[in-house]
Amino acid sequence: MKYLLMFVSTEETNSRSEAEIGEISGKIGQWWGEHAAAGRILNGEQLDGPDTATTVRHDHGSVSIVDGPFIEAKEQIGGYGLIDVENLDAALELAKSWPWGGVVEVRPVLEMQMG
Amino acid sequence: MADGARLKIDATFRHEAGRLVGALTRFLGDFDLAEEAVQDALVEAVARWPAEGIPERPAAWLQVTARNRAIDRLRREAKGREKLAMLAADQLGGADLAGEAATAAAGTAAMPQAEPDERLRLLFLCCHPALSADSQVTLTLRAVAGLTTAEIASAYLTSEATVTQRITRAKRKVAAARIPYRMPDDQLPQRLPAVLAVLYLMFNEGYLSSHADEPERRWLQQEAEELAELLTRLMPREPEPLGLLALMRLHLARSRARFDDAGGIVLLRDQDRTRWDTAAIAGGIRLLRRAASLGRPGPYQVQAAILAVHAETTSWAATDWPQIVALYDLLLRHEDTPVVRLNRLIALAAVQGPQAALNEMKALDGALAGYHLFHATRAELLRAAGRYPDAAAADRRALRLASSPAERALISSRLAAPH
Repeated sequence: MKYLLMFVSTEETNSRSEAEIGEISGKIGQWWGEHAAAGRILNGEQLDGPDTATTVRHDHGSVSIVDGPFIEAKEQIGGYGLIDVENLDAALELAKSWPWGGVVEVRPVLEMQMG
Repeated sequence: MADGARLKIDATFRHEAGRLVGALTRFLGDFDLAEEAVQDALVEAVARWPAEGIPERPAAWLQVTARNRAIDRLRREAKGREKLAMLAADQLGGADLAGEAATAAAGTAAMPQAEPDERLRLLFLCCHPALSADSQVTLTLRAVAGLTTAEIASAYLTSEATVTQRITRAKRKVAAARIPYRMPDDQLPQRLPAVLAVLYLMFNEGYLSSHADEPERRWLQQEAEELAELLTRLMPREPEPLGLLALMRLHLARSRARFDDAGGIVLLRDQDRTRWDTAAIAGGIRLLRRAASLGRPGPYQVQAAILAVHAETTSWAATDWPQIVALYDLLLRHEDTPVVRLNRLIALAAVQGPQAALNEMKALDGALAGYHLFHATRAELLRAAGRYPDAAAADRRALRLASSPAERALISSRLAAPH
């Protein structure tokens, strides 16, 4: 079963010192490597900041392009990981052990019904 | 429905429903289908048994009926072929099971046998933290306790449509997010509190709520008590289920003294303690001792201990208040909430006087400004301190916020009383 983990930064994670970031980055590398090697993580990326985002909005046939993320909020998605695990409990275990902290939204990937 | 028929259905189906949902979920790997099929069987039992009589082997009847309803549902769905084959391969011929004689003869040999802890696993599924608190309670009542949608709606004073919608949403989440049907043995300390919270919520709704005198509400309270009892049997080494059951039993031991003949609330202070059920109190305290012997205190054990102190005391005046304050201090270490702090202040007032409690109460004003019992408690303390106009003002605020008729009557009578 595939789930998308959406890693969300919070005020707490945004206010970290360089030293703290360096330390946690090491842990993230280890965490990612371990779960990817075990086949639990399929892929994932870290995203650039929400100040670099552009929003394209389709509205009844017209298209507008606006600077910024689609929701203005203090908490923004900073990265994602696509995982493949047995069930929600296993997905939640991964999310709970995410070294960066902050918020992790766990969303099942919709599977097409065959036949 | 007639009360007699209802009781008989209670005694048979209710205990089978959870086991059956569990066994079918394990067998078919489909909680939604299992739950719907058992619900169909329950609705059929509720409709037929009162008139036709209870089948000789109700459990087997329900199992076969649920199985046949699962087959019916699968036939209507194209994707059900594989599961249909599983059910068909089972030694009971699905189609010709209308007769109860056949059912009784076939017995429970067919279909997956329920494992002893089937209801426990189901309880943990229904109380999964990925489901909302409302969904947890509703799913537990239907899947584990075997209540029909109509019964849940009447117990919660809501519409059947609302209950159905809640159940549909919750089951969709279970399926879509693949919440597993398993015993979370590796996460028991994190997962058990949610189960206990659901049962206590159910109990409170049935016993302590504003409509506690309605019979529908008593089902909730009985179901909660039964499920708590089940937990203590299936998890005998866990102290908190024992603490919760003790807490429920100690509450129930006082039930006869809680309302006067006119249905008005009688506060603990004024209750006729000779009407308390001393055997039930002794039973509650035995449970609490068993819990304590396991050496892991927790919030339910401490709450039960507070009730036990009251239950063993012959009058409000003779209450060991320093002991109660000490227990509340202990409870705060497990569960530091404004409501617990408020309850502690009542005991503190008895030890140190109303002014000491009023001083500490200021810190709770922000968190509890919208809670009627905060203002009602404050009114009592103000009255004890001789500040009658302030007390009346606090009672008026409490009255504006209170919704239960019984509580409103109590506050109104205080406002009307001369000082």
